[in-house]
Amino acid sequence: MALIELRDVRRVYDLGEVEVHALRSVTLNIERGEYVALIGPSGSGKSTLMNTLGCLDRPTHGSYLLDGEEIVTMSRDQRAGIRNRQLGFVFQNFNLLNRTSAVENVELPLLYSQGISSRQRRQRATEQLQKVGLGDRLYHHSSQLSGGQQQRVAIARALVNCPAILMADEPTGNLDSKTSREVIGIFRELNETEGLTVIIVTHDPAVARNAKRTIVLRDGEVVADTHDFQRALEILNSEPVD
Amino acid sequence: MKNKLRAGLTVLGVVIGIAAVTTMVSIGQSASALVQGQFAALGTNVIVVLPGSQQRGGVRQAGILTLTAADAEAIGSESRAILAVSPIVGAQGQVVFGNANWSPRDMQGVGADYLTVRNWKLQAGGFFAREEINAGAQVCVIGNTIVAKLFQTANPLNQVIRVKNIPFRVIGVLEKKGVNMVGDDQDNIVLMPFTTVRKRLQGSNFNNVNAIMVSAISPKVMDTASREIEQILYERHGIAPGEKPDFSVQDTTEIAATLGVITGTLTMMLATIAGISLLVGGVGIMNIMLVSVTERTREIGIRMAIGARGKDILRQFLVEAIILSSIGGFIGVVLGMAASAGATLLINSFSSGTDWPIIVSLPAAAVAMLFAAAVGIFFGYYPARRASQLDPIEALRYE
Repeated sequence: MALIELRDVRRVYDLGEVEVHALRSVTLNIERGEYVALIGPSGSGKSTLMNTLGCLDRPTHGSYLLDGEEIVTMSRDQRAGIRNRQLGFVFQNFNLLNRTSAVENVELPLLYSQGISSRQRRQRATEQLQKVGLGDRLYHHSSQLSGGQQQRVAIARALVNCPAILMADEPTGNLDSKTSREVIGIFRELNETEGLTVIIVTHDPAVARNAKRTIVLRDGEVVADTHDFQRALEILNSEPVD
Repeated sequence: MKNKLRAGLTVLGVVIGIAAVTTMVSIGQSASALVQGQFAALGTNVIVVLPGSQQRGGVRQAGILTLTAADAEAIGSESRAILAVSPIVGAQGQVVFGNANWSPRDMQGVGADYLTVRNWKLQAGGFFAREEINAGAQVCVIGNTIVAKLFQTANPLNQVIRVKNIPFRVIGVLEKKGVNMVGDDQDNIVLMPFTTVRKRLQGSNFNNVNAIMVSAISPKVMDTASREIEQILYERHGIAPGEKPDFSVQDTTEIAATLGVITGTLTMMLATIAGISLLVGGVGIMNIMLVSVTERTREIGIRMAIGARGKDILRQFLVEAIILSSIGGFIGVVLGMAASAGATLLINSFSSGTDWPIIVSLPAAAVAMLFAAAVGIFFGYYPARRASQLDPIEALRYE
């Protein structure tokens, strides 16, 4: 059984007079331990797909099995629980809490899990920050950290509750090329040494190339799903056939 | 909440509200205590027992005095709600000193505790004691008006005045009391031992008295005192329950009740005004919390993305609101207590003659604290609920 199974997933936004089909019909499987890049031009539906995979949004049609559990029929609170235990998020703009230290930021997901003492929370958050190389920055606030450091805090936060999947939405969008390579390096390492499933949404070919599998979206549909990155790029750059 | 200035201003709204409630209620209560004290001086806690008609063989005999000095003694020793008791024996006549004479409005034979009963004080000299009453001593204590009419500027103490040609030595002068509620001059009075009045002025050998004057410990126990007096007299006079008593008990609870309504209304009014300011403080909390929710939309989105449920967010904002308002409430109570003590001192120092008691109303403080927390819950709930119902995707996208 695949970790993620999407069957005929559609997402329609009803804007009153017009309906926008953000996802037309997406069917795909992602296995445990895969490293997937979602690419496509803007408006192709890759963010919607990411939100759906991340259990932040609910498709208007279809079925989404995550680790065998149907997400579509879940309540808000149930999906919040899934996000807490199974998923870790890394965002383009880091999304750390202001006026809050790095270690407190990393502790947050544990705060919303049951039965973890404050000492355990602090210990796990500290370990996770040490892993991403920020053991000496535990009590720095986000405003005192560089972009790359902030993104590493965000990665530590995403991983602290031992999720099955790490989801990154344009994780290098706000970083220079050197720190981008560092962050991508962390993703690759996590995937290869710990077998973590990684899904990245990006429009940066350099980032997408790093992934092992590439899914190309256009107009809310999967137009390519391949392990050959060059081929994916060709499809992405080719004009759509009407 | 990590924005200290904003949190401080929010707290300030509650502080003012709670401090106002505590101060207003405390001042209201000390005002009513003051007024009650003054009314007590007028005799709101006085109960008068009057003799009634006696029934003998179906014939009602009017004018027979059914009360005795022994009844007064019994009432004084058996009831615990009673502060003091004095028998009253009425007398009339002219008082003469030298070539001056005067007819006092009141000439009464009273007991040793009469001054306590009436809450009256002496201006000079002393009062007759129990021994002088038992001995039927020919002494008297006179009111201010009598001093003016008989002695002008001379010192009345130890002078001898004559009533019906019987000499009485003046041993004390009463403090000026002024006119009573119906305009009678209360200082136009001569007091003598009741035993002397009965024997000397009335020439009676009986132990009867015209009335028994009783003062209750406080206006609150008036009913208890009246009931106990009735029980004691029923028993002493051998009257079966249900039978018509040969005495009547009259008290001034009506005045006391009216007084209670007046001061209660005063306190309520002050509390209402203060309550409005507390309400304003509460709306301030809601306002700040709503701003806070809007400003922290992104934070809410982040928390939701990493697994916070709606109720986690709700709890977070509600707890923040309650903490803010409770801190405000606590500071407000402390401030209010200080302010009410200060205001009382100020009133006492500015208006001479009044002596407002400092009353810090603990129930008001406790209620104010609880109310502060309730304000937090009430006015924090709507913003907190709005926060908890945000869509995580939109919240994350919020700039």
